[in-house]
Amino acid sequence: MKKIKDIWQGAEACAYGAMKAGLDFFAGYPITPSTEIAEYLSAMMPKKGKTFIQMEDEIASIVALAGASMAGAKAMTSTSGPGYSLMQEGIGYACMVEAPLVVCNVMRGGPSTGLPTKVSQGDVMQSRWGTHGDHPAIAISPSSVQEMYSMTIEAFNLAEQYRTPVTLLTDETITHMREKIEIDPDKDPPLVRRLCPTCRENYLPYGTFVDDVPVIANLGDGYGTSVTGLSHHDDGFQTADYSISRALIERLSRKVEKHSKEIFDIEVWNEKASIMLVCYGITSRSVKALLARNKECGGGLDIGMVRLKTLFPIHEETLWNSLAHAKHIMVPELNLGQIVHEVKRIVGHQIPVSLISKTGGELINPDELCEEVVKINHAR
Amino acid sequence: MQGEQYLNPKRIPTIWCPGCGNGIVVHAMMTALDKLSVPSEDVIFVSGIGCSSRTATYAACDNIHTLHGRALPVATAIKLVRPDKKVIVMSGDGDSLAIGGNHLIHAARRNIDLTLIIFNNSIYGMTGGQVSPLTPSGKRGTTAPYGSIEEQFDTVKLLEGAGASYIARSGVSFFQPTVKYMKNAVSHNGFAVVEVITQCPIYYGRMNKHKSPAEMMQWQKENMVSLEKAEKMTEEERSSKILMGEFVCKEKPSYIEKRASMFKELCK
Repeated sequence: MKKIKDIWQGAEACAYGAMKAGLDFFAGYPITPSTEIAEYLSAMMPKKGKTFIQMEDEIASIVALAGASMAGAKAMTSTSGPGYSLMQEGIGYACMVEAPLVVCNVMRGGPSTGLPTKVSQGDVMQSRWGTHGDHPAIAISPSSVQEMYSMTIEAFNLAEQYRTPVTLLTDETITHMREKIEIDPDKDPPLVRRLCPTCRENYLPYGTFVDDVPVIANLGDGYGTSVTGLSHHDDGFQTADYSISRALIERLSRKVEKHSKEIFDIEVWNEKASIMLVCYGITSRSVKALLARNKECGGGLDIGMVRLKTLFPIHEETLWNSLAHAKHIMVPELNLGQIVHEVKRIVGHQIPVSLISKTGGELINPDELCEEVVKINHAR
Repeated sequence: MQGEQYLNPKRIPTIWCPGCGNGIVVHAMMTALDKLSVPSEDVIFVSGIGCSSRTATYAACDNIHTLHGRALPVATAIKLVRPDKKVIVMSGDGDSLAIGGNHLIHAARRNIDLTLIIFNNSIYGMTGGQVSPLTPSGKRGTTAPYGSIEEQFDTVKLLEGAGASYIARSGVSFFQPTVKYMKNAVSHNGFAVVEVITQCPIYYGRMNKHKSPAEMMQWQKENMVSLEKAEKMTEEERSSKILMGEFVCKEKPSYIEKRASMFKELCK
């Protein structure tokens, strides 16, 4: 791959990142505002001998990913709110059978058909608790076209490393906007691929672990691999045994949670400021604009930013350390308050936390943000 | 038993009730594979949820037991990743025609190279005897205690309309024809379906006053006729019978073949 310096759409950067990550299989269903990602890939993939298939719905798409993944492919889909809701049962299946896969959810206004062409951050908690039962969740949040590229690669790496679905939780604006992108293939992260067994003797698909992640043969390799969404034994056969089922459910979450420190990634500006804004995705662009303007005007407001590049899992100590000195925390979100509750839970009653909420399909502009910050500044 | 190398002995006995016909369907498939001399490493069994879907988990081959209704899209993806393997879907009437109905017609439309066996016991067995899209109109289930007022699907007509290139129907009382159709289905290029009528004596039988599994199998003998025999019958005689045989067997480019030519064209 050559070096690239260009103006790209977020969707194009995501498609390109997926190809760079080694995408073998894409299955999806058209839905605004994610469709461009599928369109780009439908043109790119066949030229490389990779399979792009438009399925009959999102349910078919997500389970196709699980099948392709268990047969050894790096698999991905892209969707938006209604489609993401339809995929939830399949995402739970992928968690249970430990199928690495990437779901790019381009958030639009909800609930229901809502605002198909407008931005939102309403699916944050769906990316954590969308499917039923206790399960691990990894969701990462790009805030630029550049990150649509780099975080797509990261999503594949996390999926392969932990054998679990990963949500690239982006939004209508990041996906549709065009801005500068620079790609230097030498600076891309190394690609991760799941481990596979090399010996058939005494092989058990869920019996050998590296750091709690099973070493499973790909379907088709003829190891006699058994896979089921039922609670299962180390040989992949169903069981309703209490201790086996409990150990399985606990391990599934543990394999991700115990690495939350290395997975959790934040960007901090003005780390010593007394008012800290905790943000993610497109909303962080408004925060950055406000911070830049404040600096230009002589820094009248003592404000800083913690941008969550990872939404789940949250490493609580890391987040707390970045906020512990603050006198007030503000959380701007394009919803009625989702990640704000995580922040409140983590900082407890020690620091006041307030939500800056906007719904209805419009971005929070830096002026609105400034007004809210000034109010808090005066009150203090 | 012929074909037992395809079964995992550690997983037997099955969960199936005494008198259930599912074991006969499985035996027919294993016999067909044995007759075709397919190595067990070359087969991947895929299934959804339900009594018959447990079949995949009893196989000694690679197997994946998926979500209710979703075996076909999972199998489609596996075939696309491993076109060198025989991918066989074992499904029930509820799994493939109700919750999985959308996937069924689209798998047929794509003519994707899969074998689908539909175990038609006319009822939801796993959940305890509810009516399915293949419960004959008027027959009873726990959710239709006064008899079903819905029409059942004709699987053959449905699949033919949707584009499947191999469609056969049989019953567990006709073992050798069932093996033959399964052999032909597994060897076929494209989407191949065998519907096998089987008995659920515990739920369907009890709800509909069948005395025993043997009586239900005898009922098949009396009510299913081959396409050849049916030709000699009058319209009226035929209308009360269930036809069995190979309804569709045609050559048309399969999805895997079409993908291969697209790749070849683009990668030139």
